[in-house]
Amino acid sequence: MSAVLLIAEFDTSDKNAGLKTSTRQSVRAAQSWNLPVDVLVLGTATAAVLEQAQKLNGVRKVLHANAEHLNHPRAEDVAKLLQQLAADYSVVLGAHSSLAKNVLPRFAALADVGMISEALEINAPNNYVRPIYAGNLLATVENAAGLQVLTVRASRWKAVELDGAAELTTVAAPAADSRVRFVSQALAGGERPELSSARVVVSGGRSLGSAEKFDAVLGPLATQLGAALGATRAAVDAGYAPNDIQVGQTGTIVAPELYLAFGVSGAIQHLAGMKDSRIVVAVNTDPDAQIFQVADYGLVADLFDVVPELTAALQKQ
Amino acid sequence: MKILVALKRVIDYNVRVRPRADGLAVETAGVKMSVNPFDENAIEEALRLKEAGKATEVVAVSLGNTGAQEGLRHALAMGVDRVIYGEAADDLDSLAVAKLLREVVKAEQPQLVLLGKQAIDDDAGQAAQMLAALLDWPQAVAVSHITVEGNALTVVREIDGGTETLSVDLPAVLSADLRLNDPRFVKLPNLMMAKKKPIGTIDLASVSAAPRLKTHKVAEPPARAAGIKVSSVAELVEKLKNEAGVL
Ligand SMILES: Cc1cc2nc3c(=O)[nH]c(=O)nc-3n(C[C@H](O)[C@H](O)[C@H](O)COP(=O)(O)OP(=O)(O)OC[C@H]3O[C@@H](n4cnc5c(N)ncnc54)[C@H](O)[C@@H]3O)c2cc1C
Ligand SMILES: Nc1ncnc2c1ncn2[C@@H]1O[C@H](COP(=O)(O)O)[C@@H](O)[C@H]1O
Repeated sequence: MSAVLLIAEFDTSDKNAGLKTSTRQSVRAAQSWNLPVDVLVLGTATAAVLEQAQKLNGVRKVLHANAEHLNHPRAEDVAKLLQQLAADYSVVLGAHSSLAKNVLPRFAALADVGMISEALEINAPNNYVRPIYAGNLLATVENAAGLQVLTVRASRWKAVELDGAAELTTVAAPAADSRVRFVSQALAGGERPELSSARVVVSGGRSLGSAEKFDAVLGPLATQLGAALGATRAAVDAGYAPNDIQVGQTGTIVAPELYLAFGVSGAIQHLAGMKDSRIVVAVNTDPDAQIFQVADYGLVADLFDVVPELTAALQKQ
Repeated sequence: MKILVALKRVIDYNVRVRPRADGLAVETAGVKMSVNPFDENAIEEALRLKEAGKATEVVAVSLGNTGAQEGLRHALAMGVDRVIYGEAADDLDSLAVAKLLREVVKAEQPQLVLLGKQAIDDDAGQAAQMLAALLDWPQAVAVSHITVEGNALTVVREIDGGTETLSVDLPAVLSADLRLNDPRFVKLPNLMMAKKKPIGTIDLASVSAAPRLKTHKVAEPPARAAGIKVSSVAELVEKLKNEAGVL
């Protein structure tokens, strides 16, 4: 009997955290095949995570690979585990996250099938729309394989409700591959919402000038709006912002309700990461800056004047 | 340690790409091509490992039509010891690339294979992981720092929300993130010199690497509706509140 297997993800650094929003969104994408959907939970996982996974609307089974070494899952181990489970599935997918990007191509090659990266639309059981050239073009691609392996841009789908009642089963994981050892992990974390699923993103570029100014100027506005902070690659490379908040082709892809870009030139690699936002605001001193081409509301002005004024105006609201 | 670097020649990242008239592929006629940016990071890192006495030889390989040789000339100008060209189809998907590269690895026997984390044309980001699977070697993708420790590497790689440090036994396959290094500029005399150097070849005609993915259409994404310019913060707030309804 064929079914769909989705890799679930949750925040391992926060004991109270449940499933990532991207997992709930990917469940809806997984329903495109009209086949039963199972989710795979990797590692020891908290009761909260397992409970939430069971509640994912429309999910048939939660497979729990309860093994210590999967707490920081390595591609070698997860690909082998998927290979072991694959006989029961005709689709294996994950959100386009660092985990799935690492694991799924390795699994696809073991299964000798091609793979689709970052599907934006699922048209037919083996036909997809996906971005190429940093999202400047869209390709409609067919994957001939009997086993479909893919990642999806989760934000394209609406998160499913947590009102289901899936069965929980434990699956045995193959022993850890001793040739790759987890050493450590450094996650930025913090008070602000997660960038990839935030409702509002306040983003800044190289023109912020320093890490201190980046925080001092944009921080209060982000707090006021309950927004996540984002940055251009130039700002990250200059050390003004941590690399986990880079938006763009090689950073995080975001599609919030509101994206505010301050001193961002609008290079195509940056636009690739934010042009699906519902409303874009751009503030830039250069009236010809590319960012204005995707902005719903543009303001030609100095960000160092605009941001404090905007923060104050919003406080008064 | 011998290092093999795989590079792809792609449309230069500054070019504004367009669909071909038949809507089946991207227009490449008369378009400026360059080495995939992430692959340049891979070449640079291999060269630095050699300069630091950690690597003995750096060999670069590129697959595709004859144009791929231009990318290899660039690698020679950057300073790699030797280059190998493998004639292949233009529309290789990542699995096909991995299968062809496996043959190159068999022939060259490197201890470390470096690729880019993704080709900026197809944006697949798969070939390194697939090659590692086919070789049954360990992998580390999106690597931003490498330290050689005897027969293993300590690597830092970029993950969502931060970084992860792994210890990986050799032989291994790694893919380079932009943050790994800043590739050196190629000086004109080096480029002239590279033109005179030989380009080795490998015959891959017998390797079965038929593409598994078929592109039916390439099109521009729907354009965003033109926006407006506002003249003050007050006007912006008013629009966000009453017109866009996002505040
Ligand atoms: C392979 C590859 C991948 C890449 N991936 C990414 C990616 O994922 N994300 C990304 O962002 N970039 C990426 N880049 C880099 C990208 O090409 C640009 O270099 C980068 O986005 C530019 O950042 P910026 O807008 O901060 O800087 P700049 O291009 O330097 O622009 C600064 C802007 O600030 C404006 N400005 C200056 N002072 C003020 C002021 N006081 N008030 C208001 N405006 C002001 C200027 O008019 C200008 O428009 C990538 C590049 C490559 C080659
Ligand atoms: N035709 C090719 N020749 C050599 N290496 C390639 C080729 N295509 C892809 N690669 C390598 O594989 C990496 C990832 O490609 P991709 O999976 O297409 O994103 C690239 O950065 C290159 O290092």
